[in-house]
Amino acid sequence: MADAAVTEMRFRDPVRARALAARLGELVAGAGRQISVMHVCGSHEQAIARYGLRASFPADLEVIMGPGCPVCVTDLPEIDEAVALARAGVRVATYGDMLKVPGTAMSLADAQTEGARIDVVYSVAQAVELARATTDEIVFFASGFETTAVATAAVLVAGPPPNFSVLSAHKYIPPVMEIVAEMPGARVEGFLAAGHAATITGAAVFEQFAARHRRPVVVAGFEPLDILAALVALVELVVTGDARAINCYPRCVAREGNKVAQALLWKVFRPIGGRWRGIAHVPSGNLRLRDEFAHVDARRRFTIDVEALWRMAPPALVEHCVCGDIMAGIAAPRDCTLFGRACTPETPVGACMVSSEGTCRIWHQYGGHPDLVAIGRAAPAPEVP
Amino acid sequence: MCLGVPGRVITVDGMIATVDFWGVKKHVRLDVIDEPVGPGDYVLNHVGYAIRRIPPEDIAETLALYDELLGDVRADGDLMAADVRGELAGVAGPADRSPGDG
Ligand code: SF4
Ligand code: SF4
Repeated sequence: MADAAVTEMRFRDPVRARALAARLGELVAGAGRQISVMHVCGSHEQAIARYGLRASFPADLEVIMGPGCPVCVTDLPEIDEAVALARAGVRVATYGDMLKVPGTAMSLADAQTEGARIDVVYSVAQAVELARATTDEIVFFASGFETTAVATAAVLVAGPPPNFSVLSAHKYIPPVMEIVAEMPGARVEGFLAAGHAATITGAAVFEQFAARHRRPVVVAGFEPLDILAALVALVELVVTGDARAINCYPRCVAREGNKVAQALLWKVFRPIGGRWRGIAHVPSGNLRLRDEFAHVDARRRFTIDVEALWRMAPPALVEHCVCGDIMAGIAAPRDCTLFGRACTPETPVGACMVSSEGTCRIWHQYGGHPDLVAIGRAAPAPEVP
Repeated sequence: MCLGVPGRVITVDGMIATVDFWGVKKHVRLDVIDEPVGPGDYVLNHVGYAIRRIPPEDIAETLALYDELLGDVRADGDLMAADVRGELAGVAGPADRSPGDG
């Protein structure tokens, strides 16, 4: 498909990668202190882990994973609502990622084991199709950031069948960055913005953000060289104290974003304050259906009795889960006593171990944090002058 | 859930495009894309919806990562590759198409 020479040149070219790593090293050394930046995208963590990029980061550069996974940040009460509906006999359709996310008393997978009907769909369009093919009530448990929320919005604007409704756990990224930027104890000096979410919102929102919080933002893609190049740009901005936003992913992100998608998003959803798992209250961070869409809002269509679930004892282990701190960038999976022991991808205790974009799951998958490998951190990297 | 996967548009019928993903043809919804697309265009897809027309000059670059991911023999245990495969396998199947849909 793509020209092999181009692939070689642009993605695997070790010369360019090394040059970028070297530049990163120079910049951080020049600063003479530790620099902490955060990415807010699970796909960035995947790429960093997958390509072993952390081993090439300078020791004084800390790249923290923030609240970048919509599955991870879905809060217990939201899972509880879906579980309560499913246990009440309503068919719940949702993305596969949501199945094992623990709620207060149980996950959707647990409810399924008990006999509840859960349909895993790939796309919200598939959930609509399911509703067309049956007379059962189908509730789409909708999770995901703005990237995914626009698909939900499109379906609702198109007019779904009468037995279809939506339980929205959609979340909106820009507000949570505001929270993390101002969080006491957070040392984040700059952000790598999530490339695909920015496809929708556009790069311009980050310009205002950068000015407001006096922290630079770089919109970054997902190839190893994309990430290295974006980090070079970001660290450069950090060390020069230049709080600007730069778009390093123009092939997918326009300055103004996707206007059609934005129009759909705000026609259907309104941003409300609410909890993100581990981050507590995020003003305007949750997307709820507007009044015009009350007839397709599962929260208004059904009486959802979560209190029955809350009376069931919560699994004791959840108390030890530090997912919240991990997503706020103040803890790492190694700080969790359950990591790799009681909590594994097969037996997840917290949300971070469930999703393929969760920090704990990624670290577990790749055998721990790559920068724990002492050689990678301690030995001077020979290729980097 | 969150990966965007590029594919090449083969045909467009209302709000539904037939898109080629590495030899696998799937239907993708066009409700949220902001530019008209036609056969030959590349689009970035997310959970069965095209969210962006990829500028022609960037196509080779965008496809390269996916070529690399999908061609990776070690990819079976790899989360990112697994996600890409999931997207490819899942992208709006034939069942997504219904009369009066687009
Ligand atoms: S290892 Fe498990 S329990 Fe610990 S923080 Fe991660 S998800 Fe939570
Ligand atoms: S691409 Fe979007 S949805 Fe996926 S991890 Fe990044 S921010 Fe989240």
